[in-house]
Amino acid sequence: MVKQRQIEVLVGGFIAIGIAALVMLAMKVSNISAFTEHEGYEVVAKFNNIGGLKAKAPVTMAGVHVGRVVGVDFDQDAYKAVVRLRILPKFDRIPVDTSAGIFTSGVLGESYVGLEAGAEEEYLRAGSEITLTQSAMVLENLIGKFLFDKAAGDDSSKNDEF
Amino acid sequence: MDQWLQALGKGGLSFFERLGRGNVFLLRTLTGLPSAMGHFRLVIQQLHSVGVLSIQIIGVSGLTVGMVLGLQMYNTLVDFGAEDSLGPVVALSLVRELGPVLAALLFAGRAGSALTAEIGLMKATEQLSGMEMMAVDPIKRVIAPRFVAGFISMPLLAAIFSAVGILGSYFVGIGLLGVDSGAFWSQMQSKVDLMEDVVNGVIKSVVFGFVATWIAVFEGYDAVPTTEGVSRATTRTVVHTAFAVLGLDFVLTAMMFGED
Amino acid sequence: MANASKDEVLVRIRGLHFSHGPRVILDGIDVDIRRGSVATIMGPSGTGKTTLLRLIGGQLKPDAGTVEVDGQNVASLSRGELFQLRKRMGMMFQTGALFTDLTVFDNVAFPLREHTDLPESMIRDLVIIKLNAVGLRGARDLMPSELSGGMARRVALARAISLDPMMIMYDEPFTGQDPITVGVIMQLIRRLNDNMGLTSVIVSHDVAEVSAISDQICLLSGGKVVADGSPRDLRESQSAWAKQFLNAEPDGPVPFHYPAKDYRDDLFGERD
Repeated sequence: MVKQRQIEVLVGGFIAIGIAALVMLAMKVSNISAFTEHEGYEVVAKFNNIGGLKAKAPVTMAGVHVGRVVGVDFDQDAYKAVVRLRILPKFDRIPVDTSAGIFTSGVLGESYVGLEAGAEEEYLRAGSEITLTQSAMVLENLIGKFLFDKAAGDDSSKNDEF
Repeated sequence: MDQWLQALGKGGLSFFERLGRGNVFLLRTLTGLPSAMGHFRLVIQQLHSVGVLSIQIIGVSGLTVGMVLGLQMYNTLVDFGAEDSLGPVVALSLVRELGPVLAALLFAGRAGSALTAEIGLMKATEQLSGMEMMAVDPIKRVIAPRFVAGFISMPLLAAIFSAVGILGSYFVGIGLLGVDSGAFWSQMQSKVDLMEDVVNGVIKSVVFGFVATWIAVFEGYDAVPTTEGVSRATTRTVVHTAFAVLGLDFVLTAMMFGED
Repeated sequence: MANASKDEVLVRIRGLHFSHGPRVILDGIDVDIRRGSVATIMGPSGTGKTTLLRLIGGQLKPDAGTVEVDGQNVASLSRGELFQLRKRMGMMFQTGALFTDLTVFDNVAFPLREHTDLPESMIRDLVIIKLNAVGLRGARDLMPSELSGGMARRVALARAISLDPMMIMYDEPFTGQDPITVGVIMQLIRRLNDNMGLTSVIVSHDVAEVSAISDQICLLSGGKVVADGSPRDLRESQSAWAKQFLNAEPDGPVPFHYPAKDYRDDLFGERD
């Protein structure tokens, strides 16, 4: 019977370790807050171009995670991308004239929405729209523009360099 | 040509015959599950031999795989200045693929072959017949508890494999290579999705656990009751489980991560 | 049932046919085994003696013919009815078939724990009584791997009688045992049979041992019964089969040579 007890203890330990591993995968490795972020309030922002922004991308303010993109849609009348952002409930004093931009973390990183606080005394509420938006910097456009400028610049500065 | 076709037909027929027997056997096992839960002591004993005794190999393999992944990925990522992505890369590959698949393959080698050999030897030494003659159904008394234990153990072992692997890559990445610890975890958390990645990985390991245990107990029960028959059945368990797991992994991956 | 229990014959086999694939193993067998007797089924290896036991125990189904045990046709029983019948049958397998992961005590207690709701203290007493009957009360804490072959068979016997069955089947109980063990097992079979009011069916080819304890010997060959009667009947029988088998003659109806073409032709004829 001692042996049976020992087996039971070991099996208990095994199941505990297994569940601990599952909990670690859920809490530490993945973002369980994806579940809890059904709370909070939703605002929209319209962009000319959202680049590679997708649902679930983070929303940050001053680099701090304040919410998440919950949906991306296209407005056929304004020909603009409509991005729905869900902001965590504790960030309830974001001015209405806050501007939103789409940035990329690093060269290969993921797109995210960055908010820049405005100065108004009135705050964003559920259903508010962020009107000041800055489109994504699309790498191809940037490179094209850079090459164009470079070519134009080269023409005028040729004499200075040589 | 004739002979070739005949061989093909014969092979096909015997394959389907085995498949049919396997399915009948599975049905009988499933109907035996309630009584196995009644004898929970038996399940606990099997959890010990199937689960506890597999922890060592699963833990060591998980740690090594995680450490090697950490090293290799770092070398590639550092060229792009993206070594902060080490966490998500390692975590995603472990949680989605390597954890469930490698754990299932190791499970087949450690626990599955042992299950087959044990049941096959019980058959060869007439213990199963003896049980039947004592009016005890061996499927309920012997097979069902082992099936339950394998089914419970496999997802836990896969989770342990992934968790230990991530810790292994953490030690290599942070301890040896100087990746930032905060970036390692926060990048991982922002890239790894609970439903999309972790839960899908767990679903995979549940499916693999079901199939691997099914194959192991069926091969044991269906073994030719001789020494040679049992050793063949043990080999078949490992080979068939590997094929089944790898094939199913492709199908499941296509179903889960195919459309985005 | 009331009628059946008055019946003198416990096992009645009629026109039994059984084949394994294309190979005919039993080809029309009629045997009666009387209550309270020790009956032995003998025959050369591969004549379906063990198969016959499995047919009686309902582990195999006959192709034709019937096996009646205590008035019930074994093949027509449902699984539940068959299990009820098996609780009243014990079987001792050739190797003992003890559960290797249980101690001697737990092996003998197994049928009691599975089929009764007796309290553990009563199970202990019953197990000790059964183990004492086979002389292994002191070995109760050993594992099967620590037992000699003869001891394992005695434990298996204790297990087979643990539910106080009406009959016990022995599959080759003497094979591969030393003379002392054979003597012990022989004596046990006869004594248990008489003391517990059992009916015993033995499958064996150990002529001398079996003749000493059997009331009835049934000789099988080629899937048929070639002789059936008391040991004395068989010894006095003029059947060539019985003579060859009982006297262990190398040649006779069972030929020494595997079928082959003429010896002279094989040596001096044309080679192929």
